[in-house]
Amino acid sequence: MKLHTLTATLALAGLGLTAVPAAQAQGISNDVIRIGFITDMSGVYSDIDGKAGVEAIRMAIEDAGGAINGKKIELLYADHQNKADVASSRAREWFDQQHVDVLIGGTNSATSLAMAAVAAEKKKPFIAIGAGASDLTNSQCSPYTVHYAYDTVALARGTGSAVVKDGGKSWFFLTADYAFGHALERDTANVVKAEGGDVKGQVRAPLGASDFSSFLLQAQASKAQILGLANAGGDTINSVKAANEFGITQTMKLAGLLVFINDIDSLGLPATQNMYLTDGWYWDQNDASRAWSKKFEAKVGRKPSMLQAGDYSSVAFYLNGVKATGTDDADAVMKWMKSNKINDMFAQGGYVREDGRMVHDMYLMQVKTPKESKGRWDYYKVVATLPGDQVYTKLSESTCKLVKK
Amino acid sequence: MNVFGIPMQALFGQLLLGLVNGSFYAMLSLGLAVIFGLLNVINFAHGALYMMGAFVAWMGLAYLGLNYWVMLILAPLVVGLFGIVIERLLLRHLYRLDHLYGLLLTFGLTLLIEGLFRSFYGVSGQPFQTPDLLRGATNLGFMILPIYRAWVVVASLIVCFGTWFVIERTPLGALLRAATENPRLVEAFGVNVPRMIMLTYGFGVALAAFAGVLAAPVLQVSPLMGSNLIIVVFAVVVIGGMGSIMGAILTGLGLGVIEGLTKVFWPEASNTVVFVIMAIVLLLRPAGLFGKEK
Amino acid sequence: MNRHIAGYVVLAVAAALLPFLGVYPIFAMKVMCYALFACAFNLLLGFTGLLSFGHAAFLGSAAYATGYALKAWGVTPEVGLIFGVAVAALLGLVVGGLAIRRSGIYFAMITLAMAQMVYFFFLQARFTGGEDGLQQVPRGRLFGVIDLSSDLTLYYLVLALFLIGFAIIWRTVNSPFGQVLKALRENEPRAISLGYDVDRFKLLAFVLSAAIAGLAGSAKTLVFVSATLSDATWQMSGLVILMTLIGGMGTFLGPVLGAFIVVLLENKVGDFGQALTSMTGIDWFRQLGESVTIVIGLIFVICVMAFRRGIVGEFQALLRRRKAT
Repeated sequence: MKLHTLTATLALAGLGLTAVPAAQAQGISNDVIRIGFITDMSGVYSDIDGKAGVEAIRMAIEDAGGAINGKKIELLYADHQNKADVASSRAREWFDQQHVDVLIGGTNSATSLAMAAVAAEKKKPFIAIGAGASDLTNSQCSPYTVHYAYDTVALARGTGSAVVKDGGKSWFFLTADYAFGHALERDTANVVKAEGGDVKGQVRAPLGASDFSSFLLQAQASKAQILGLANAGGDTINSVKAANEFGITQTMKLAGLLVFINDIDSLGLPATQNMYLTDGWYWDQNDASRAWSKKFEAKVGRKPSMLQAGDYSSVAFYLNGVKATGTDDADAVMKWMKSNKINDMFAQGGYVREDGRMVHDMYLMQVKTPKESKGRWDYYKVVATLPGDQVYTKLSESTCKLVKK
Repeated sequence: MNVFGIPMQALFGQLLLGLVNGSFYAMLSLGLAVIFGLLNVINFAHGALYMMGAFVAWMGLAYLGLNYWVMLILAPLVVGLFGIVIERLLLRHLYRLDHLYGLLLTFGLTLLIEGLFRSFYGVSGQPFQTPDLLRGATNLGFMILPIYRAWVVVASLIVCFGTWFVIERTPLGALLRAATENPRLVEAFGVNVPRMIMLTYGFGVALAAFAGVLAAPVLQVSPLMGSNLIIVVFAVVVIGGMGSIMGAILTGLGLGVIEGLTKVFWPEASNTVVFVIMAIVLLLRPAGLFGKEK
Repeated sequence: MNRHIAGYVVLAVAAALLPFLGVYPIFAMKVMCYALFACAFNLLLGFTGLLSFGHAAFLGSAAYATGYALKAWGVTPEVGLIFGVAVAALLGLVVGGLAIRRSGIYFAMITLAMAQMVYFFFLQARFTGGEDGLQQVPRGRLFGVIDLSSDLTLYYLVLALFLIGFAIIWRTVNSPFGQVLKALRENEPRAISLGYDVDRFKLLAFVLSAAIAGLAGSAKTLVFVSATLSDATWQMSGLVILMTLIGGMGTFLGPVLGAFIVVLLENKVGDFGQALTSMTGIDWFRQLGESVTIVIGLIFVICVMAFRRGIVGEFQALLRRRKAT
């Protein structure tokens, strides 16, 4: 794998050197390519991204050779502690004083939206990996934002349509009662109905409720086939646990709308078997991903999640852009990123649209039963591949000002 | 037969579930009341110690291969011991000062404990299976009740009423209550009051840890499991007033049931209903439902 | 007294010159907002003896109010600021009115519970943007004339706001009203026996503290052009307590110093951990350093056990000892 990457890198480098530089190519600013990475390293989102995300980015820098055109690549990283003002002031400081060339945003939508605004003001690229808010490419889009790994619309649409096609026609939603949960529920419900399914009802549970038993009883009374979990993180884990306890999983199938492999690891297969979920990437999906995940596991001690893979892939993509254009000038690299495809272990045929959305295929997964699984992290079987242009917000629906209609 | 559009059977089911949650509230507010009664300290760390109980139980299962029943006894003892160490080393020196320092210390301890566990174990939580004996559910006719939940109610009621009995009806309890009223006098009688205080704190902490072990199979065993719960328990304690042990137990159970009902009729409000009730009680009966003005 | 005022004037002038000394304006503004917040909190804790465990509710409500006014209604910044302060003061009236009914520890618990309610309200209310927060709030033109989009211009506004808030607190404490507050803190039953309507004084102090905390929140929205949920969490309430504790309760400059330390901590804790690791060779320090929560918890414990007067408090005690000998 390393040879492939090396060859690919050399080839691209060769292309970069031989290509006639565009009139505005300015070379590498400050003689160094600085990457800034701000994510949650110690709080509720630290497992799915966190410090392991830093390792993933380091791997991308290593694979790019540690330098481009003789200029070193440096990485700065910080913990935003899920506070938007910490993220935003760090981002400002880095752009103003450390001359950071690109900002990578980790988990938490509020911080990513704040960082995107800063990047837009400073006219530097911002690549959001961990946040799910589709606003990043709609009402709050900017020419400098790239939303890379996934968003909540894709997850909702993917799970909704694919599960209905797989036979799960009647749904009941357990929704976390705040904007994010409502959005997940609404997007999935619309797709379910469009595909000919039926929504029997929903119950809104307060965010962070630890006991879901009452809500689950109401779900069971609805006699729907599928229980849609429009929540995330601890809420998802608690609702799955309770669903098992009350025997709900014997009459209904669970469909998690935002689930990461770390959640499955913490719940265990007996509790999650046969659950549906949509993911943008799985470590076992092809040879390239397996090979990369092995290297990741050797450094970090566990298999990567979609976000950590996204960290790697987006930085590698950015660095390719720098190599190809010969500069780290924001506009030049943004232009390159929006006109070239991503073909690596993360996505095949992925591309960045004018609204900043990186469109790539998503996958409907079903969690294996304990018998089917051969060991830790062997959790998913791919039920369906969901083509990117079908599950992401279509340009015609976009509320982004950059999209010409 | 429908009550406000909800079938009677479903209602009974939700009431029972409310009772289950209420037993957690009862145990936790009981621990807080016991500690406050004797030490005049609000143990903010109660939530973190509840979490520690669950974690120690998990550690026993995962590292030492012990089973749930052993951990049900062992975990509270271990965490209780930890509580005794805290009292001895830290809290003891704050009694002569303003009460708010005790609150601030336990707040700092909460952050420290949660931060350490988060640092070592991450936040996704640890898998914890229900013990074999208690797995499965029985069909009560109006709902399917997991056996484990029934066990939670039984265990907490035994522990709560056991504690009440010891404190209100035994000589030891009488000594404790006397020390709450007038420690100097009790000490003059030759009773080792500082040791009593130390053991009381340990006991209160052990109660929290016991609740944690009970919670482990049904909730996510994560370092954050106690932090939002403790604030609700505080509200419960304000509503009940800290004058009586029975008051703390009954208030906990009662609020659990009310919360359960809210989840049926108005689910979105179920996390704030306890606070609203607290506001109402403060307006009408500031000392709390069972409180005695000190 | 005059020496004190002269000292404060010197500090104010120094603060005005900071941007030209190479200090990053955003960092300085962040410190000033938190310093104002801590000073407001200290009015209640250090001078009146009331521990409010939910002060973040006032910071957050003003932040959201100002942000919403600026973004959705397009008002000018000074109107936005006034609106934010008014909202915080009103909330202070409601919360204070309820909390005053109990004292001491109960008071703290009630403020905590009410602040949690406010947090849940913000989580679910549409206008706050929920988890995403209010983003891209326009800074606008002060009085319709001065464009605040430049960090340097905004710096002087924030500095002015901080000085105004600080002056109000200073004047309040050094006034007959302030004397009654101190009496309340020392010996409440005696104050009652002297005929003071203790509850009214407490409530007034509470509302004033809430209003100034609101001013800090509104200023913060202008600086970061956003208002998010983290402004209203109980962790934020805990943080302001820490700032006051570490700086020195009951002093004027203590909370300011405490705010500076805590903001520095938030930004630099990772680097600090690295430094400790390289000094001692123990790798665990790096892990420790990366968790702000652990460090804050540790500092809390250490301060409560051994360092209750805080830095400024200890310094003042030292000065007094030296004068006495």
